[in-house]
Amino acid sequence: MSVKHALLALLSWRPSTTYQLRKDFDTSTGQAWPLNIGQVSTTLQRLERDGLVVRDGGASDDPSAPGQWRLTDAGRAEVAAWWRRPVPRADRGRDELVIKLALAAVVPGVDVADLVQRQRSAIQRTLHDLTRLRRDTDPDDLPTRLVLGNHIFAAEADLRWLDEVEETLIRARRRSGGTRRRRDAQAGPTESTKAVPAGSTEDIPARSPR
Amino acid sequence: MTAYHPAPAAVLQIHRASRVHGGGARTVRALIDADLVLRSGEFVAIMGPSGSGKSTLLHLAGGLDTPTSGQVLVEGTDLARLTVTQRAILRRRTIGYVFQDFNLLPALTAAENVAFPLELDGWSVRQARKAALAALAETGVADLADRRPEDMSGGQAQRVAIARALVGPRRLLLADEPTGALDSSTGTEILQVLRDRADRGAAVLMVTHEARFAAWADRTVFLRDGRIVDETGPSDPAELLAEDAR
Repeated sequence: MSVKHALLALLSWRPSTTYQLRKDFDTSTGQAWPLNIGQVSTTLQRLERDGLVVRDGGASDDPSAPGQWRLTDAGRAEVAAWWRRPVPRADRGRDELVIKLALAAVVPGVDVADLVQRQRSAIQRTLHDLTRLRRDTDPDDLPTRLVLGNHIFAAEADLRWLDEVEETLIRARRRSGGTRRRRDAQAGPTESTKAVPAGSTEDIPARSPR
Repeated sequence: MTAYHPAPAAVLQIHRASRVHGGGARTVRALIDADLVLRSGEFVAIMGPSGSGKSTLLHLAGGLDTPTSGQVLVEGTDLARLTVTQRAILRRRTIGYVFQDFNLLPALTAAENVAFPLELDGWSVRQARKAALAALAETGVADLADRRPEDMSGGQAQRVAIARALVGPRRLLLADEPTGALDSSTGTEILQVLRDRADRGAAVLMVTHEARFAAWADRTVFLRDGRIVDETGPSDPAELLAEDAR
């Protein structure tokens, strides 16, 4: 799992102190992979060394210092590239895909529908490759066929989960849209009340962290 | 000198096809600016959630519906330029359908079901039966020729339906959830048959919601809200080599 990119993604949302970043990471990922403050501090120092973040005030090696971290232009470019890049199945140690989608639901401005579709296409491509490999495997080579079968079912499970993620986010958008429309109806018409085509996955709003 | 290999002929061409139902406030844009080319020997899967336009695309491809704008060409013929009768003849001679529930006529044997469209097209009973037996052999169910659908398993019935879809001169097969009523292993067998038929020259367009089955195709096309949003297929070997070199 890429702690580096998760922290960059959170900083693309808003500048933050080291402690606040750790808190935001835990709340926005359901505390599935809690980080200790030392991991956050060390990662931020590496990001600073690589020119991806800077700190306004305070010593960068002191997590209790009050200064806020923010992204540089290079940091913004790095996090934008990360959102666009599908996670390869083979590199899924501490599941980066889960973290990426959890963050995408929280960080404003992320095109979640595009992110989900890119990931879906990447996994489907893997599925095409695995299916072709299994078709070309000797029917008597049972170990290879079983291993490939396991990869095929795991990839399929990921795709089903992506469908579920998309549905959940669409429902969340409809709920927040309904709430917003009721609020806006009381306040009068605004840009935000423009109709969105039914079923469209565009413009899924970000939530505040829990 | 590099040998010249011309691309196989396009069996189906869908060019900027849109289908709009209703009007005014009740307008539903079922399909928007769809582009798709399917060549002989090619197998393409269509995936997308309910209401994304999958069935509309399949109906347009098969001439069961016409686009509000854009074109659908089957073997080079623009379906919009045909009369209803001409379109029915083209459908019968060129396009085969496979459905989730097989749609075999229960009173007829497998061979009679497969021969039926040829007989409708004026073939003699003897010629049609000969072609039907050949088609049944190609889908691995020649031994079921004289059996009725009620005496077949789901997988066997679907093999008969595929034979009917590709009997005689037909080369375009449109399949709507062909594995929907089958268990997983029988579904895989049906995909093997479809893959085999494509490898031997048929053009296959299949709607499915099962990613595992779509992966048997050469390409998977994704539809969403009436638009083709993406497509993917197996990795390009050249790309893999380039990745290894990095």
